[in-house]
Amino acid sequence: MNLWLIPLFPLIGFLLNGLFGKRLPKPVINLIGIGSVALSFAYVLFVLSKLYPLQAPFSEHYFTWIKSGALEIGFDLTIDRLTSIMLLVVTGVGLLIHIYSIGYMAHENGYYRFFSYMNLFMFFMLVLVLASNLLVLFVGWEGVGLCSYLLIGFYYLENFANDAAKKAFVVNRIGDFGFMLGILLTIYAFKSLDFGHIAAAMSAMPVETGFGILTLITLLLFVGAAGKSAQFPLYVWLPDAMAGPTPVSALIHAATMVTAGVYMIARLSFLYDHAPIAMNVVAVIGVFTAAFAASIGILQNDIKKVYAYSTVSQLGYMFLGLGVGAYSAGIFHLMTHAFFKALLFLGAGSVIHGLSGEQDLRHMGGLAKKMPITCWTLLIASLSISGFPGFSGYFSKDAILSAAYVHTPWMFWVGAVTAGMTAFYIFRAYFLTFFGKYRGHEHPHESPLVMTLPLIVLAALAFGGGYISVPNWLSPMMPFAEHQDTTAMAISVGFGIAGILLALFLYVMRPALAESLRESAGPLYTLIYNKYYVDEIYNAVIVAPLKYISRVILWHGVDEGVVDGGMNGLGRLVAGIGGLLRQLQSGSVRNYATWIMAGSLLVIFILGLAGGMR
Amino acid sequence: MNILAVLLALPLIGFFVVLASPRDSKLPFFFAIVTSLAAFFVSLGLIGPVFADPAHFTSVLNLPWIDSTTFQIRFHLGIDGINVWLILLTTLLIPIGVWISQTQIRERHKGFYALLMLFEFGLIGVFSAVDLFVFYVFWEVALVPMYLMVGSWGGARRGYAAVKFFVYTMLGSVLMLGSIIYLYSFTGTSDYQGILNVFSSGRITISPSDSVILFLGFFAAFAIKVPIFPLHAWLPVAYVEAPAPATFLLAAVMSKMGAYGLLRFCVPLFPVGAHRCADWIVILAIIGIIYGALVALVQRNIKRLIAYSSISHLGFIVLGIFTFSQNGVDGAVYQMIAHGLSTGALFLLAGTMEQRRGSTEISDFGGIAPLAPGLASAFMIAMLASMGLPTLCNFIGEYLVLQGAALTHFPWAVFAAIGVILSAAYMLWMYQRTFLGKSPEPKIAMPDLTLSEWVPVVPLILFMVWLGSYTQSFMPPITAANAQLLEQTRISNEYRVQLAAPTAPEALHAR
Repeated sequence: MNLWLIPLFPLIGFLLNGLFGKRLPKPVINLIGIGSVALSFAYVLFVLSKLYPLQAPFSEHYFTWIKSGALEIGFDLTIDRLTSIMLLVVTGVGLLIHIYSIGYMAHENGYYRFFSYMNLFMFFMLVLVLASNLLVLFVGWEGVGLCSYLLIGFYYLENFANDAAKKAFVVNRIGDFGFMLGILLTIYAFKSLDFGHIAAAMSAMPVETGFGILTLITLLLFVGAAGKSAQFPLYVWLPDAMAGPTPVSALIHAATMVTAGVYMIARLSFLYDHAPIAMNVVAVIGVFTAAFAASIGILQNDIKKVYAYSTVSQLGYMFLGLGVGAYSAGIFHLMTHAFFKALLFLGAGSVIHGLSGEQDLRHMGGLAKKMPITCWTLLIASLSISGFPGFSGYFSKDAILSAAYVHTPWMFWVGAVTAGMTAFYIFRAYFLTFFGKYRGHEHPHESPLVMTLPLIVLAALAFGGGYISVPNWLSPMMPFAEHQDTTAMAISVGFGIAGILLALFLYVMRPALAESLRESAGPLYTLIYNKYYVDEIYNAVIVAPLKYISRVILWHGVDEGVVDGGMNGLGRLVAGIGGLLRQLQSGSVRNYATWIMAGSLLVIFILGLAGGMR
Repeated sequence: MNILAVLLALPLIGFFVVLASPRDSKLPFFFAIVTSLAAFFVSLGLIGPVFADPAHFTSVLNLPWIDSTTFQIRFHLGIDGINVWLILLTTLLIPIGVWISQTQIRERHKGFYALLMLFEFGLIGVFSAVDLFVFYVFWEVALVPMYLMVGSWGGARRGYAAVKFFVYTMLGSVLMLGSIIYLYSFTGTSDYQGILNVFSSGRITISPSDSVILFLGFFAAFAIKVPIFPLHAWLPVAYVEAPAPATFLLAAVMSKMGAYGLLRFCVPLFPVGAHRCADWIVILAIIGIIYGALVALVQRNIKRLIAYSSISHLGFIVLGIFTFSQNGVDGAVYQMIAHGLSTGALFLLAGTMEQRRGSTEISDFGGIAPLAPGLASAFMIAMLASMGLPTLCNFIGEYLVLQGAALTHFPWAVFAAIGVILSAAYMLWMYQRTFLGKSPEPKIAMPDLTLSEWVPVVPLILFMVWLGSYTQSFMPPITAANAQLLEQTRISNEYRVQLAAPTAPEALHAR
């Protein structure tokens, strides 16, 4: 089937635009940048139509990537039902966002650079989802991290963008530290990194009740997932990542890359199934992150920051789903989230574009009339993420919460309350943007068709995506008992609608009340508004001491003092003893050098002659 | 005609021809570049035989040399899977060194080119020597031109740097010479294969304490050369003060002499000693990995930062060797090449920056990416390789070293992997302060790479990608030779034996 063609198209796009883009006119850059993704999307459709119904995984081996002793890692790609969903999301949503970027990036410098990085991202993301083994997956994993770095720092003249990019990379590296150790241990335990191979080996193994090697492997891999998918305590890079252009936030930091951790764990579901302790950790971290991030989202004033914390929170839901064993529900939410969150970001981008770069909710308002398409499509996205019945988010979130309800009731309750918070902060942002009076000084205008068209398509998906039954499609791979628990459903929907109504009350009907509430909340407000001071704590506890230790103790102390100083002291001692030989010292380095060279050459020649004479 | 003999003769001829050519003309450069390129193309001929028989010495050059009643030494050189790529790395990088010396060396070009030729002669000899005494002689031959390049063409503190470099290295080589003579005194040969034959025949057994003493004698020389923490004090000052082409070669090729010596001679000749000392060496290697990275984090000078990052990366190589596992040793050899390419490229580019700005202090740069986008991109790629990004060369080496360490003793891998996190931190921070941000005011002159400057960069980048994505072009001889080496010394850990057992599917699944 030549699966390798799927990632190849964007790679070629990257090379063409990256190497020659500077000299190409914009239409050609567009053709290369978007055409490559379109080809990839078309080829995915072709492959899937050929392989349908994809009962068994379809693998292709291309070449041996690493072979050392008995360790052999192939560059292999596999397509199965899980991959099929990821492929469609990545290339489909990716294509829409690429098209949207024509409009959004029209006036930016480095247009070709943007598209070449985006194409490179598509390449690595497709490698990630198509990988047949953990190390090839890791290639994609690190590669998308690189592209994320490059695109967050796209406005590299601004230091906040550079700081954010660096932070994203380094925090991700901390996660990758765990991922790498997990890979190393997987080799130890299974002598292979191949998914099919591990799955086959697992079927013969008992579930690990205590803390054994499987638990260790799965937890280490989860550290990687928590880094990439922005889970507590490694989520801190994602809100800062909003420094990148908005299409980047939509594609990389909402729809695709940040879900890689969720995908990885679902991909290894057979492994996690055997490590219940790790599963509990995943679920607890997930549900905690969901609630924690949602609470921060409530008070943010930057529209992109609201959506960023929302992404962190929604990813938490996905991990909750995985952790309670409802893998397919997690993937289902991954898909619907890709639709509605991409739409939210693109909508926000449309607003920002229409307001010439304004991102602060306090300087928006009343845009409903000026930007009708953006307004309506964003409404659909907001209803969807709030879990409003009939919209896509409702189905997927319900699948997760129902599973949590059966598994661990308290997790369900936290999740349900979080659903309420979600609805509240999303509609707070929505109302502040589109309702009331315009509070800024720009001249708002609707975005061009090239931007609104992707919004409309995504809106259709954000509404209807829930009717695609992902759990059914995945059921041969990851069995999922559908618990249609009406009580659980009603509770979470209730919380969601309550959140919407509260937002309506506070930000449309009684705007003054929100103001007075904020004042009465006092310290709590300050704490949450400042994101619980997590960044400040990390800086004080980790970053600053590390720099201090490195500079003062290690560099000036150990290196210059002990290692170098000690040896120099020894040298002086020797020099003192050698003082008698001072007559030979002329002090000129070149002089010494000449003597040494002459001496060594002499030795070589004498030895050579001695050999030659025999 | 023996390829190795030709390869060895070319730079030596080049040395004399350059010396004989007129001072103020293009001729010294011309002769240097022609002979070094010729050497590169000749060295390609070494690959075929090695692929055919990677575990034995091929293209062997074995001539009588010293044949007195007390000493019998043969001029014995050969190529196998362990050293073939190091030779090729040398022959690839020397022409690059010659090329960049055109612009990055300001005066007395002729002498510099002559020294480069002599240096190449020494390096090829070091990497291909089979006889310990021959190895020692070439070791010194390679040392001298580098000493002169640092001492006569270097920066403000060149004298200090050169003397320190020389004294440190001499100290180690004296101990090595002592060990060679001691070893000769009871084996009656200084030939690597001869010694192994003597040992394996059981005619002479080496007592464990002798093994340790001999091991440590060699180890001292190699550990200083690598350098292993805490013997690294010569490195930062030498790397910073050396002229750019010399730093480039020092970091890219010469730093591999020590690591190569450890693997080629220390481990197989004195397995008992190596085994007894392995834990300590691994600990020092891991300290070096983390320590080098942390000190790199707070450096204010680009070259110094890369120098400390080298200490960190070289720690991986030493760690890999002393895991005594197939993966670890393969990774170590691979990392030698990869580090040569990536760090070489970084120093090369740092040299072009120094040339433009007259300084390598980070604070003298900032915001130069818009002024020199090509330079920024090339630096970025080399930096990413150095950070171990998959699809670029260093990842393969680091991964295999970590894998070997994990299979031998998992906590080693845990600590070593911390270095991977830190490498991202110090590199990206440096990159940000140097290339990103607003262009400095007042405007500084920072022209982009010229065509002539791209010439050496492009092959380095291509090789970084090639080594990172298609390892089968390079790995088979390495892994075969290492398997032989580990087998010979019977110190491979049990895992390798298990893995080497018939890999029937059921055997793999059982656990």
